[in-house]
Amino acid sequence: MPEQDISGNKAFLIDKIIRNYSGIFDNLTAGRVAMIRRDKVTRPVIFIGTGTCGIISGASATLIRVKNYISDNNLSADIIEVGCNGYCSAEPVLDVQLPGKARISFRNVTDDKAADVLDAVFHHSLQPGQALGQYRQTGLEEWPGVPLMEQIPWFSQQQRHILKNAGIISPASIDEYIARGGYKSLFKSVLNYPADKICEIIEQSGLRGRGGGGFPTGKKWKVALDTAGDQKFMICNADESDPGAFMDRAMIETDPHRVIEGLAIAAYAIGASQAVIYVRSDYENPLVILETAISQAKDYGLLGENIFGSGFSLSMNVRQGAGAFVCGEETALITSLEGKRGLPISKPPYPAEKGLWGQPTVINNVETLANVPGILEHGPLWFKSTGTQSSKGTKLFSVAGKSVSTGFIEVPMGITFSSIINDIAGGVKDGKTLKAAQLGGPSGVCIPPAQLDTPLDYEALADIGAALGLGGLVILDEKTCMVNLARYFMDFLRNESCGKCIPCREGTSKMLDILDSITKRPKEESTHETLERFKGVVQMESLAEVIRDTSLCGLGKNAPNPVLSSLKWFREEFEEHIFDRRCAAGVCHDLRKFYIDVDLCNGCNICQKKCPEIAIVGTLKTPHFIIESKCTGCGICLEACKFSAIYFK
Amino acid sequence: MDHFFEKYPLKKPGDLIPLLQDIQEETGYLTDEIIGKVSEHLHIPANRVYGVATFYDQFRFKPRGRYHIRVCRGTSCYLCSSSSYLKEIEKLLKIQCGTVSRDKKFSLEAVSCMGGCSQSPVIRINTTYYHHLSIADLSGIIRSLKEKTE
Repeated sequence: MPEQDISGNKAFLIDKIIRNYSGIFDNLTAGRVAMIRRDKVTRPVIFIGTGTCGIISGASATLIRVKNYISDNNLSADIIEVGCNGYCSAEPVLDVQLPGKARISFRNVTDDKAADVLDAVFHHSLQPGQALGQYRQTGLEEWPGVPLMEQIPWFSQQQRHILKNAGIISPASIDEYIARGGYKSLFKSVLNYPADKICEIIEQSGLRGRGGGGFPTGKKWKVALDTAGDQKFMICNADESDPGAFMDRAMIETDPHRVIEGLAIAAYAIGASQAVIYVRSDYENPLVILETAISQAKDYGLLGENIFGSGFSLSMNVRQGAGAFVCGEETALITSLEGKRGLPISKPPYPAEKGLWGQPTVINNVETLANVPGILEHGPLWFKSTGTQSSKGTKLFSVAGKSVSTGFIEVPMGITFSSIINDIAGGVKDGKTLKAAQLGGPSGVCIPPAQLDTPLDYEALADIGAALGLGGLVILDEKTCMVNLARYFMDFLRNESCGKCIPCREGTSKMLDILDSITKRPKEESTHETLERFKGVVQMESLAEVIRDTSLCGLGKNAPNPVLSSLKWFREEFEEHIFDRRCAAGVCHDLRKFYIDVDLCNGCNICQKKCPEIAIVGTLKTPHFIIESKCTGCGICLEACKFSAIYFK
Repeated sequence: MDHFFEKYPLKKPGDLIPLLQDIQEETGYLTDEIIGKVSEHLHIPANRVYGVATFYDQFRFKPRGRYHIRVCRGTSCYLCSSSSYLKEIEKLLKIQCGTVSRDKKFSLEAVSCMGGCSQSPVIRINTTYYHHLSIADLSGIIRSLKEKTE
């Protein structure tokens, strides 16, 4: 574990680093900073990615194996647990830094491979292609034949501003964050700028909310600052509940102090003395990390009473969400914090005027806040230099699904989706073809291949019906049934609808019924005519408009999105389901039609015995036959047949 | 119960959810009795406490099994047909999703995204994660747990 002398570094870091305006160090200071940053190490350091993705991939077992390896070989080395570097499909990632050598990184180091990897490093006997890459570090000897991390396709197109520490520093160490320039912006803000100046800087930078709406952050802060209130609140929304999105989790797990610093600056800018981080309850690891990080920041005097003697005081707490998707909506989040059921309230008044306990409250997403320290450090022009005309800066995405590589990335605004999918994620897995990219989970849209050249930009995405704030990108291959996917999202939304307003509560349930009738086969087909199903789709379209126009909150307003976008781009698939009762991808199990190959069937009778509908007939030792009208397509016979005689179309 | 209440001496209405979370963390689930006591302590009507507790997915009114199985139903896991894993477990344990087996040994839950989208499908049994399992592997794991006696 980190063997740092925390008490020793504390005063040094605060006085010599944070309070150092010029950023120029004398040699002694620079040497000590290099030690904390681990640019210079005196004994080997082994880094293991133990973010949630790492743990799921087996990093805990690797960690134990590495500890054993060190004690068995009587080595003196440090083991540091870091967050994920973003390349989640490479987890568990293990990095090693030997004194004088550049830090080298290995992929997929499960416990059985750990000893081989460490042997190779310590004996300098690397196989070609064994290492993932090495970090560029000036003054350190490079490993021959190992690519630099920034040359790897996954990283080469990325522009890492808020993720620059991801996977490199330990999230449990405030020292490392400060040594890499952290908390300097907070110091600068509270001592040099009045609150309205900060709102102005953020507004100038063009930073827009990364949580969905895309509202200019500086403007939102200004409204809250200008509204009179006894006690203002600043809230960080980390209730990331979209299935398939994990950027916020990753941000907190890799660099929690960046979020805390951004939140503290935001609180100062709006005049709040209380800040809350609302974290989704399922995120156990981020919860622990945040608690530790906040207590460290308090210990260093970066939070609490009279920060840096400026007179600005801030208390920060973590609140655990209780597992309601709707609480990601800002007004629902506020009611949840007030100890009520998380039901949204109609806007206006906006929370910036009347929010938590009726006081001016600003709610920003994790990613938005993580951008704040960088803007104050380098200035609004620096931030503006990246991106497009209307969308500035970078954007986090989580890439999951059927792509070759998966994980989370930070890309400049203006990049195209095809570039993300093909250049960064390496295209579709197993040589399959791309069917669509799903952006934004249940409130998002499906983007067909023809639209993938859309640049990443708030306006351009609005044109294709998507919201940029939602950064969950799921890659779909040819084996995906778009109708079934739409049904899956509708099922999710039906479950998560809070039930306050009728269009969303009843509408989602009605839409699910219609999708069910398309994707499932009822026992009695005669009452479910093709015409009825067709009418259902027409009804669904008009229902979608009603839900969109009359729902109270964003969850309801966006609920029809997945269905509408699938209908728009993949209408022929719906028609195939409705008229032909056929699912080409074979995902809608109920629509499968089973047949028995007479050449392969030897009449063992097993399928007949297992069939719950008695739909299989035939005598022993003669080929059997499936009665189509009785078959429900459950597929039990398919599993039961030992001779692969049963197939489906 | 008093040690829970000591943490929230101000009896603010906003304390309700954290208080319930603290209690459930220790007791494993909520009961009518707990709801009553919380209502008394915070001076919130019991029906409102109950309303809040039933609104959020996190709160349970039934104990979990000794082995609590969570199957992810996030988008990425859905694409890797996590629903067939869920069905397989239901079949093996003869319980429905969201219920507890009669011997209180197993409980099964489908959860929304666990954040392991790169490792789909993800299944979690108590604190251990399983990823990239085949259905046969899964049956093996469940069977071995079934045979385990403690």
